[in-house]
Amino acid sequence: MKNKNISDKKELKVKSRTENLSEIRAFIKDFASSVGFKQDTIDNMTLACDEACTNIIKHAYKFYPDGEIVIKLKYENKKLVITIIDYGKAFQPESIPEPDIQEYYKQHRVGGLGMYLMKTLMDDVKYVSIPGKYNQVLLSKSLTSSQ
Amino acid sequence: MAEFSTAVKDQGSVSVVYLSGYLDAHTASMLENNFSDLISKDKFKIVVNFKDLVYISSAGLGVFMAFIEKIRENSGDIKLTTMSDKVFNIFDLLGFPLLYEIYNSEDEAVKKFEETGKVEK
Repeated sequence: MKNKNISDKKELKVKSRTENLSEIRAFIKDFASSVGFKQDTIDNMTLACDEACTNIIKHAYKFYPDGEIVIKLKYENKKLVITIIDYGKAFQPESIPEPDIQEYYKQHRVGGLGMYLMKTLMDDVKYVSIPGKYNQVLLSKSLTSSQ
Repeated sequence: MAEFSTAVKDQGSVSVVYLSGYLDAHTASMLENNFSDLISKDKFKIVVNFKDLVYISSAGLGVFMAFIEKIRENSGDIKLTTMSDKVFNIFDLLGFPLLYEIYNSEDEAVKKFEETGKVEK
């Protein structure tokens, strides 16, 4: 499972365990740097992908450790599209409000921050959920985008 | 992979927690344990030194949210110090500078407790 020929891969399958987040980050980082993204952008994409996978582990699989997470990377027309697929519980992104940090503080809430970060750090975030089949998150970033 | 570690040192009545490596959903529980341990010892004046922290995700930020109120209810605080620009940017994106005092140096953060130490809320 650990870091073998990771730079050659464009698809990664891992189990739904937080211990795999470091492998996921390394996978994104190696691929994004090989196609020419600059370090700050790579850091942002890596974090967005970590957040997406953390949400899958916590919410789609509810910490069930043997769920599958598939991460596909495609670089085309100077744009990287990260597709993350899981087979857990369906997800309705519109049910998650934008976080208000002061309200979070009062309510002791800690969720929802990841989704906000993903939207902020990537150019585009799309969710496709086919209940009972799979969920898909698409994160995209253009090579020429400012962040 | 030993990707995250913490160390706690006392500086007078202030506990300084040093973070190193990658703080994510996998490693966040280690920091939770540090905070729980300090609270169980009635140590509520906490400075967190981020000097060697290279990465933080929202799961790591959530740890600070989970403990801050309990600590402030006991006249304590979590003050943050020596963050890299990269880590600060993530805190900033989520509006954390509104909720936490962030200092450039550990000394400054520790001294702030000493200055306010006599002022009970």
